[in-house]
Amino acid sequence: MKILICISKTPDTTSKIAFTDNNSKFSTDGVQWIINPYDEWYALVRAIEIKEADPSTVLHLINVGGAESEPIIRKALALGGEEAIRVNSDVADSYFVASQIAQIAKEGNYDLIFTGKETIDYNGSSIGGMIAETLDIPFISHAVKFDIVNGNAVVVREIEGGEEIDSAPFPLVVSCQKGMAEQRIPNMKGIMGSRTKPLKVVEPTDISPLTSVVNFDLPPAKAGVKLVSAEHPEELVRLLNEEAKAI
Amino acid sequence: MSVLIFIDITEGKIKKASFEAASYGATVAQQLGTSASAIVLGKSDELSTLGNYGISKVYNLSNETLHHFDAQVFTKLIADANETIGADIFVFSNTTTGKSITPRLSVRLKAGLVSGAVALPDTSSGFVVKKSVFSGKAFAHIAINSAKKIIALNPNSFSVVKTEGAAEIIDLNLSIPAAKIAVQSVNKIIGDVPLSEADIVVSGGRGLKGPENWGIVTDLAKLLGAATACSRPVSDIHWRPHHEHVGQTGLAIAPNLYIAIGISGAIQHLAGVNRSKTIVVINKDAEAPFFKAADYGIVGDAFEVVPKMIEAIKKLKESV
Repeated sequence: MKILICISKTPDTTSKIAFTDNNSKFSTDGVQWIINPYDEWYALVRAIEIKEADPSTVLHLINVGGAESEPIIRKALALGGEEAIRVNSDVADSYFVASQIAQIAKEGNYDLIFTGKETIDYNGSSIGGMIAETLDIPFISHAVKFDIVNGNAVVVREIEGGEEIDSAPFPLVVSCQKGMAEQRIPNMKGIMGSRTKPLKVVEPTDISPLTSVVNFDLPPAKAGVKLVSAEHPEELVRLLNEEAKAI
Repeated sequence: MSVLIFIDITEGKIKKASFEAASYGATVAQQLGTSASAIVLGKSDELSTLGNYGISKVYNLSNETLHHFDAQVFTKLIADANETIGADIFVFSNTTTGKSITPRLSVRLKAGLVSGAVALPDTSSGFVVKKSVFSGKAFAHIAINSAKKIIALNPNSFSVVKTEGAAEIIDLNLSIPAAKIAVQSVNKIIGDVPLSEADIVVSGGRGLKGPENWGIVTDLAKLLGAATACSRPVSDIHWRPHHEHVGQTGLAIAPNLYIAIGISGAIQHLAGVNRSKTIVVINKDAEAPFFKAADYGIVGDAFEVVPKMIEAIKKLKESV
């Protein structure tokens, strides 16, 4: 089994969200960069567990990004995986990124491609499906459990108001979320070992993006909380009914 | 430049989020001076009602093999159907179904995709769609530069507009490819309001001290016809099921009313709920960060406050 895990670089969940250049660019001032949590905690760790159960499994990581992605790629390698591939390019749009990954996936003949369910910055949830369509293979989104049974993937995925159990042949793309695995912290051996693992840098293929960012804005600030006395919850009910018209 | 809206059905019923997508698509069509059609894959006897949401034609492929959703099959069918429909703008709701089809369709049609749209497109110069980014902490305005365009609309971000109208139903005749994914079982939590579509959500946190105390949350939710949710610590320690977890790593929701009981409001929790229209916080700790993000709040003991709220809502309902 050869697995490709897609790793994205995102701002830490507690980062201050601000914009520069006439609100056209995300302000990276003081931002701590992390591996997108869905990619790290669920996709990567589940892939590592598969390799622990079957040591013949091959794990490769892929990132589309500039040299500034390398610290988070090394951190991912400290958790697991034999090697990483970085497609040396800025992120233009989801279509551009997915096309780059699909190209590498095709050349490398991977059986399984893992992504996180979405990145916590762009919230697109579209990379996995785009890779799958480019390669003409199935895609299962929002996986909470993944197993290999008799040569097929058996996946539990979350759907609105419940769960669905699917089985699918390989090759396959799966987007992962909470439930797939438990977060791990790299140990010293992993950190030391990650420094010498191969990190291949390849140039992007020529793909025209389909969308572009015009600008960003922040939601209007809240007017401030209206506090009601704990002695009179009925006053809150009245406000919700008459003022907010919410009940 | 016509608009095609994908309508999602379960057991023959049109989903609420699809009515929002229909209204949104019809409004986009009106804005561009064109017509809005819908496509429905599967059997439903509710199709003509789509006329009341501004849809003029409903293309339907009624076949029981479509009862089980398969994104690869659905994508091909939509693309094939569009050979004759000829739409340029495709509207989906950004649900798990929409998130499975839209990226595939984007690649197949070379159509730029904006997922998580929260407003009508700005067509004054190009075609720019506002979407939620940074887990609800900001918005991005994204230009779709390709000829064909796909918009996946976030649930609860566009109000349904009801009109009078009749939709013409046109049967599609397409060959259905075999699905590669086999659905072994579907387990729906029967009777509950799906969290992502709920108008009102009542949510509990660690302040409730234990799963045995959830009665006040479920009672209040039941009375309001609301869905129940919880914070991450609560689902991590298995007081409540994982599918109720809202926040950065759980579900992101945007109900009309969000009532948080005993939740302090960590930034990761706010990321999942800050698109809610009205936020109510009930917490013993006046310093809880959630009060800063709230519209209404009560600093007090939930076990005393919530039962009094329930009584007041009951009285209110009786008086109407």
